[in-house]
Amino acid sequence: MTKESRFRRAALFAFIRSKGYNRGMRDVIAEALKGHGADYIEIHFEESQATSIIYRGERLEEISRARNSGGNVRALVQGSWGFVSFNRLDGLRDKVALAVEEARLASRGPLKLFTMEPVVDKVVPQLKRDATTIPLATKKELLDSYNDIMLSSPKIQSSRINYRDAGRQSIFANSEGSYIEQAKTDLNLRLTAIAREDNEVQQAGLSLGSTGEFSAVEGLHEQAREIARRAAALLSAPQVKGGEYTVILDPVLAGVFAHEAFGHLSESDFVYQNENLQQVMVLGKRFGGNHLNIVDDPTIPNLRGSYKYDDEGTPTGKTYLIREGILEGRLHSRETAAKMGEKATGNARAINYLFPPIVRMSNTFIEPASASFEGMLGDIEEGVYVKDWYGGTTSLEMFTFSAGEAYMIRKGKLAELLRPVVLTGNVFTTLQNIDAIGNDLGMNEGGGCGKGGQFPLPVSNGSPHIRIRHCVIGGR
Amino acid sequence: MENSLAAEVLRSARKEAEQAEVFSVSSRAVPIQFEANELKQVQTKESSSTALRIFREGRIGFATAIGGGGLEALVDMAVETSQFGSSASFQFPSSRDYSEVHIFDPKVEAIAMERMVEIGKELIAKIRGHTPDILCDVQVTKGTSSVSLINSQGGEGRYDSSFFGLSLEGILVRDTDMLFVGDSASSCRFSDNIDDLADRVIWQLEMAKKKAAVSTKLLPIIFTPNGVASGLMSPLLLAFNGKSVFEGASPLKDKLGEQVFDKNLSLWDDATIAYGIGSYPFDDEGVSSQRLPLVTNGVVTNFLYDLQTAALAGTQSTGNGQRAGGGFPSPAISSLILSGGDVSFQAMVGDMKEGLIVEQVMGAEQGNILGGDFGGNVLLGYKVENGEIVGRVKDTMIAGNVYQVLKELFGIGQETRWVGGILQTPPLYCSRVSVATKGS
Repeated sequence: MTKESRFRRAALFAFIRSKGYNRGMRDVIAEALKGHGADYIEIHFEESQATSIIYRGERLEEISRARNSGGNVRALVQGSWGFVSFNRLDGLRDKVALAVEEARLASRGPLKLFTMEPVVDKVVPQLKRDATTIPLATKKELLDSYNDIMLSSPKIQSSRINYRDAGRQSIFANSEGSYIEQAKTDLNLRLTAIAREDNEVQQAGLSLGSTGEFSAVEGLHEQAREIARRAAALLSAPQVKGGEYTVILDPVLAGVFAHEAFGHLSESDFVYQNENLQQVMVLGKRFGGNHLNIVDDPTIPNLRGSYKYDDEGTPTGKTYLIREGILEGRLHSRETAAKMGEKATGNARAINYLFPPIVRMSNTFIEPASASFEGMLGDIEEGVYVKDWYGGTTSLEMFTFSAGEAYMIRKGKLAELLRPVVLTGNVFTTLQNIDAIGNDLGMNEGGGCGKGGQFPLPVSNGSPHIRIRHCVIGGR
Repeated sequence: MENSLAAEVLRSARKEAEQAEVFSVSSRAVPIQFEANELKQVQTKESSSTALRIFREGRIGFATAIGGGGLEALVDMAVETSQFGSSASFQFPSSRDYSEVHIFDPKVEAIAMERMVEIGKELIAKIRGHTPDILCDVQVTKGTSSVSLINSQGGEGRYDSSFFGLSLEGILVRDTDMLFVGDSASSCRFSDNIDDLADRVIWQLEMAKKKAAVSTKLLPIIFTPNGVASGLMSPLLLAFNGKSVFEGASPLKDKLGEQVFDKNLSLWDDATIAYGIGSYPFDDEGVSSQRLPLVTNGVVTNFLYDLQTAALAGTQSTGNGQRAGGGFPSPAISSLILSGGDVSFQAMVGDMKEGLIVEQVMGAEQGNILGGDFGGNVLLGYKVENGEIVGRVKDTMIAGNVYQVLKELFGIGQETRWVGGILQTPPLYCSRVSVATKGS
């Protein structure tokens, strides 16, 4: 390690605590950006600290701390990008030159990015109890108490706890004069209870998170007891018979549906170079009933997918993807927005400095309407109520997502508990098949989103209860 | 990281700890990405990490420094975590001599970015020669990486590896109907042969030209090598992991020496395969690599262990201690090999009266994989009627349990091939799997 890089790292560290901007860093960046003949260049620096605690059964399997620092340069020349990520901050000018050289390899033709005013800003979160400052002993004591509850429950053979908090400080600067310092904290907890009887193994879990507020993971003792009870109950639950059903999704799973089934389809990098897909996703086209509104909104305070500027320095805003059943907008980077003649929405995000920003969601949810849960149940002869989630994935047109908890609905009443089910469908017909939207919006802050090798990105999603007709459920 | 720095970290760690180990990786990768048939982005990615593991007052402490910073804080962070860490049940190995495993091809480093761009263009041209309106995302990647390990018990080792990979994902949209095709190939060796990959994708396009209807019922299924990888592997990886076995969560926990799978099925983990991207001379804890039989003629023979899990379970590490992203070691596969059988793919198809060929399953890892369940949407699959492939199926889910499905197979294919560079498998012909679809 050279003296120079040591010094610069120290300087990078300092900015977050200082009131003003990091002048030294601004000058270094400005100098490195000069005179490369590229259409556009941006530079990221990043420093992060993470704590991770993992339990497997009664054993605390891993407790670790990590520090990470590095940066990247992205250059645009004639419509093509060069990208260089690095660990050491010295020789920045050479790295910019390499990114420009890479971009020149392709040169597809002129490309203008969506025009933006340069931004100079500094964003530091205000947390009451920042998880990254809580002593390890306190974290461990809390997690021990959840683990004890799960492991002492009947038929529970094992458990999993995954806890992670991370603080990230970043500097973004570009050749247009933007300079943004941002700090963000992310907290994520998953509890899983594993029940076993003879050769049967079943599990139930809880996944949540916050923008770093430690209180989000406190006081979950009753929930820990509940997932242990549910895992045990699943051992004797029947498997649903595969086929087509009317299903009611709880807010968590409906949120996953909004994210997986429609959110990904709204990411313009899938659409902007695909003329056929553009015809499918024409703004103004009807996708669902008048009751259907789907939005992506990073500006809501204190959700895991919230931020003020994306990783291209674009200020964020609320984007209606579907308003009153009609396709109204989509998520953009500066490139996709310019190509499609639409507005940049501030959705270009990268999980860390090793990756270029790509179009991603933030907080994606179905807005509440007026139906009550009882009303939705009312006229279902035979259906399935699905809750909670294991995961979900999509190939744009087709989606699958899995429910951690499911019940049969018979004659308008909730009936027996079922083994976890997997739902699948075609997004276009499924959106049309939503025939009731509840009044009870709930946001889910567990897990993280993966795309293009970038996982996990902090996002949240949500919805009220929704009812879907003719949904395919896999079963044996 | 330079060796002197690792030695310096080790020295200062030993002042605080009974035993210590420093593991470093530095790598450089150049991915070249084509998007919608055109060159989109060229990247150069440098990354490095240094992990320190210590035993202090008998407990394990762990910290990593990734990228340029944090080395000076490593010892303090590891000491802090050791107060709460689990008891160390093993010793760091004192090995210094490892058998050579061929995983470095100097040609990879030398290949020019311009040549990689040409390879990508040739591949796209060949696919578009078959289907002009397909949009291809292609990635051509080369990379090198250096691993070094040093511990307080005298153990020491280092190796270099190289990587060359080619992947293609094609999308064809007609109205709201979308077809996804694709495949990949990777090795430690450079290759500019695009034909095998292109031919497989073209075959997928041919088979998917027509659509076919399927109804909700139990059907025989042929999983192609891609289908085996995306549909059936997740539950098995979990079940053979020594950690699942040790805690009693693996359905295979008391099955060592028992016939659990079809008698013609053999599966092994092999970290010594020349130029396999999962190969290494020693694992990430300094244990020599080996060829480890997991299933021999249907009988469960071994599980995968790292040092700590093996010590707890009263057995030996199998040389499968691996660190995802330079992190905490954990048992993981190197390369998995499923033995080939005696039935040709053609004969399997010819044998089917009604059934499915499954090429790609989406979301198979979402169910209760610990219990062996698999299930998901058939992203790419074909219907077989009276021994002929009649077209692509849509809106279709499959669901089953690997322990039931693999207990007795209709057939194991002759034609084995690599999927994703870490699984070599033949097609598997399974007897009865639940298929669910719309409108029935």
